[in-house]
Amino acid sequence: MPDIERLVNDFVAKLSKRKVEGSQATSRLTAELLRSVVSLQRLPPTNSAAVLIEAVRGIGVKLVAANPVELAVGNIVRRVLHIIREEDLSLLTSKTSDLDLSAASDDERTIDQDYDPTQSAAAAAAKSFLRPPSLHALLENMSDKAVPTNNYTSSSGGDTEEKSKADKLARTRKLKHDVIEAINILIEDIDTSHELIAEQAVEHIHQNEVILTLGSSRTAFEFLCAAKEKKRSFRVVVAEGAPRYQGHALAKELVSRGLQTIVVTDSAVFAMISRVNMVIVGVHAVMANGGVIAPVGMNMVALAAQKHAVPFVVVAGIHKLCPSYPHNPEVCLNDMRSPAELLEFGRFSNCMEFGMDSGAPLQVVNPAFDYVAPELVSLLITDIGGHNPSYMYRLISDYYSADDFDLQGRIHK
Amino acid sequence: MVGKKGGSKGMGVAEDAEEELARTPLQAIILADSFTTKFRPITLERPKVLLPLVNAPMIDYTLAWLESAGVEEVFVFCCAHSKQVMDYLDKSNWFGQPNFSVTTIESHNAISAGDALRLIYEQHVIRGDFILVSGDTVSNMSLSQALKEHKERRRKDSNAVMTMVIKQSKASPVTRQSRLGTEELFMVIDPETKQLLYYEDRGDNLKGYLSLDKALLTYNTSISLQNDKQDCYIDICSPEVLSLFTDNFDYQHLRRDFVKGLLVDDIMGYKIYSHEIHSSYAARIDNYRSYHTISKDIIQRWTYPLVPDVQFFGNSATKLERQGMYRAPEIKQSSSSKIGPFTVIGSGTSIGNNTEISNSVVGEGCSIGSNVTIESCYIWHNVTIEDGCKLKHSIVCDGVTMKSGAALEPGVVLSFKVVIGRNFLVPAYSKVSLHQQPIKQDSDEELEYADNSSGITESPSVSGTLDLLNEEERTELPDSQEYEVGDGGVGFIWLVSEAGQEEEWRHSVAPIPVDKLVEIMQISNDETDLPNEDGAFLPPSGELGPDSITNDSNEDAEDIRDDSVIFEREVEATFQRAVEEDVTDDHVILEVNSLRLSYNMASADCAGALFYSVMKLALDAPHDSPNELYKNVVSTVRKWKKLLKYYLSSIDEEIEVILKFEEMCLESAREYSPLFVQILHHLYDQDIIQEEAILDWASEKEGAEESDKIFVKQSEKFIQWLKEASEEEDED
Repeated sequence: MPDIERLVNDFVAKLSKRKVEGSQATSRLTAELLRSVVSLQRLPPTNSAAVLIEAVRGIGVKLVAANPVELAVGNIVRRVLHIIREEDLSLLTSKTSDLDLSAASDDERTIDQDYDPTQSAAAAAAKSFLRPPSLHALLENMSDKAVPTNNYTSSSGGDTEEKSKADKLARTRKLKHDVIEAINILIEDIDTSHELIAEQAVEHIHQNEVILTLGSSRTAFEFLCAAKEKKRSFRVVVAEGAPRYQGHALAKELVSRGLQTIVVTDSAVFAMISRVNMVIVGVHAVMANGGVIAPVGMNMVALAAQKHAVPFVVVAGIHKLCPSYPHNPEVCLNDMRSPAELLEFGRFSNCMEFGMDSGAPLQVVNPAFDYVAPELVSLLITDIGGHNPSYMYRLISDYYSADDFDLQGRIHK
Repeated sequence: MVGKKGGSKGMGVAEDAEEELARTPLQAIILADSFTTKFRPITLERPKVLLPLVNAPMIDYTLAWLESAGVEEVFVFCCAHSKQVMDYLDKSNWFGQPNFSVTTIESHNAISAGDALRLIYEQHVIRGDFILVSGDTVSNMSLSQALKEHKERRRKDSNAVMTMVIKQSKASPVTRQSRLGTEELFMVIDPETKQLLYYEDRGDNLKGYLSLDKALLTYNTSISLQNDKQDCYIDICSPEVLSLFTDNFDYQHLRRDFVKGLLVDDIMGYKIYSHEIHSSYAARIDNYRSYHTISKDIIQRWTYPLVPDVQFFGNSATKLERQGMYRAPEIKQSSSSKIGPFTVIGSGTSIGNNTEISNSVVGEGCSIGSNVTIESCYIWHNVTIEDGCKLKHSIVCDGVTMKSGAALEPGVVLSFKVVIGRNFLVPAYSKVSLHQQPIKQDSDEELEYADNSSGITESPSVSGTLDLLNEEERTELPDSQEYEVGDGGVGFIWLVSEAGQEEEWRHSVAPIPVDKLVEIMQISNDETDLPNEDGAFLPPSGELGPDSITNDSNEDAEDIRDDSVIFEREVEATFQRAVEEDVTDDHVILEVNSLRLSYNMASADCAGALFYSVMKLALDAPHDSPNELYKNVVSTVRKWKKLLKYYLSSIDEEIEVILKFEEMCLESAREYSPLFVQILHHLYDQDIIQEEAILDWASEKEGAEESDKIFVKQSEKFIQWLKEASEEEDED
């Protein structure tokens, strides 16, 4: 597949050079790439889902390795894998149900009743757990898969083989089609996640409140604007978010939307927090335990909020939900960025003389993220509503398959 | 991004020509050959651009940067070991990049950057403005701003052919070299237009003086002299640069010939501008010290995103851990080993028990035994270090074996596949290679290519190496010392040339030893002692190099003082010469006058300086007692009376002389202090100093502090006598 390879290499190059910024853009591009991978991938008539899963997983590993810091890449890969599993499953379900309804009318879908016992078993299993499938259904599905689907071909007669071949081709085509459809829905979800989150703004922001935010996040910005558009009048305190100072840009935009905005330094957050009714922030990623990875300085804000019992609300699209736990060594929690963001190299180059024996040279550490523990997070607002951090594990089981949590592991096996 | 106006055409040129130029992709030339021998003996076997820098070949950094900066076409000029460079580029997939085309240009007879550019010109591949860098540049700067400025200048003035990227970096006041081990750089830049007016990168040649053409001040309203900048060797050039090289076929070096050539040539009127970068990083690996410094900068992430844990190109991913420790995923590390901060360990490396590694880079597939200490070293790939070895501040190339107990002193370079014998101690700054040192050790300017006439010296396989060595054994070169690297060792220690030895520490990976620093400090103090004696206003660090003087603003008082110190020294030197070579007074006067003009001094300063020189001469003559010294003074003064008289045309100058004398007695020449009155009297007798001057001096000192009045008091009687004498005269 030279075409797929070229597309993947292109995107890998972009990711590794940090040319794609922001979780949303990254998620969208990843989903689009995987969509083309699915559509270009040639599938054998049998076992097509497994082949597709293996292909997507292989590419997923490459993408994750290209930028391990951007967890959204892995999330989307896992989402797509989950979609493939689901579609495969629902195809089986629909097939068995089709039998009764339209077996005669649709030639392609005609199946002998005794043609595949495993399929019907799987279908039966899946039937009782129609979407959204639970963890339980997934587990059961796994045991079904243990029986290879091509067992029956050897035993069946020539006539049925012909038939089943055509049927399998159709099934493969259908699977592909369904998966692509589902990925399209996923892309749409990613695109609309800001709006969906922002719709909930009025429920959270009340008249004359003071909201504090740190740095800049598109989700948080839309959230605030949505409340403003609904005629809520409130004030926003923006902590500038050193060292990238994205808060400055945010403040500018908020003011242009007619919001009362106050800019403070990050170090003034504790002084301001007692006057604040709610902290609303965007984050980099949400972990499986409900903790969040957020721009540096956020933990301090969260601690200040806790001290004064101010609700600490996180707004994040569902694509930021990561099925790993923060203590997992596979997860790259932080990105050490260039010290040049903090200070100018030229002016300090004298402190970084490696040629002399005299003492250690100046070191500058510039981490991009903080980890905020779930105890400090009061509420997580996603596309589908507000949740307690402890509820994240449930969302994860809705959106991901347990098989895919460890992308890397499968490849090595 | 791309040139709106490439050629130097007027407005009349058809517009589509301009449009066509606008579509020219941004091009760059990489010189994959440094045309120097600084990295010998390593570069005998592998080209410099392929040497690993924090486990990735240098050229990958350059190419990755150019690609991310939006360059679309790159021409890699390969010369020495061209085949290796081309093979590498082929293997590493650089040729197959979308929107980034890499083309190699091969030559076997280019011996300088000038030759390379002439050859590229002949190929007619450069169509618009291009970036000129060497293949050992590490940077993350964005080119768009510099390019934009360059284009804008070009539109206004087609003679602006080049923009040079510079960044702030002050040279050490002690060693007079930058942190990259390059010489202190002096530049004169027009602060408004950023035009480069003067460039001198060899601080040594200056010997403490910097002479600028007066015309600089005539034609520019303001200039700024800077010595706190570093040349990044990134140039944005117009196509004319190539034709200029062709026109001036003797141009070899980019800076020494081309830049300086353009700066002094006012007929063609070509101009060079500078562009200063602030927060982004740019540097070039020029010598072992810059290799060391830039490696550290990469590890400290100044070059982000070109850092080991980001796969910027083909480098295997490593993981950044606490305290700047980078470890590849597949390493075998004993639990008793200690890896210190700012260390990179490549994949497939195994580390034995109780081994300590700090501030070092270890490549891929190395095996390091137990109880090994590695400090600030650069260990490349597939190196074997057996138990108990000690390495400090060294570079160890691919395939080296160090037998157990061997040790490296700071500054050692072990070239490819060398074997160091059991318990052998490699002395500091030595370079060990399987290749014999070329007998003819030419000057520093010797070209890398000269010794690789075949041009395809590939890193020899093991058997090939043995053949080569056998051959050498057979021929038995006169100077060769066979395998002087211990029991079972393989390799020749290269002798450092006489002149080079002194300078070896400057460019080594090892830090500058403290005793060396002390030594230099003493030398520089000795140098500045003289001006300190008479001037006493030099800054204590002995810094003569003025920091960014802008002479449109008020000149710093300090700078004026600097000038006067230099002036005095000059006068003294002139006088000394006059004494030694028996120059006539008239000639001395002529020379001093011209000095006076060039330093813009008053004639009083000349008198003071000359007087100082005369007294110094007298002091230097052998003497045992104050009496003899006085006699010396008398004879010297008699000899140079005419000269002194010439400058003592008014009272002011005479007072200056007395003040100078007083200063000498207080500070530099204390021997004179008991003789102060005596000598003063003598000067009066000789009509060198008139009584008015002495009296004025005395009255001037009236209000001074007690400590300043020592000599006034000493000469009280004399002054009294003078006063009385004058009164008497008045009465008469």
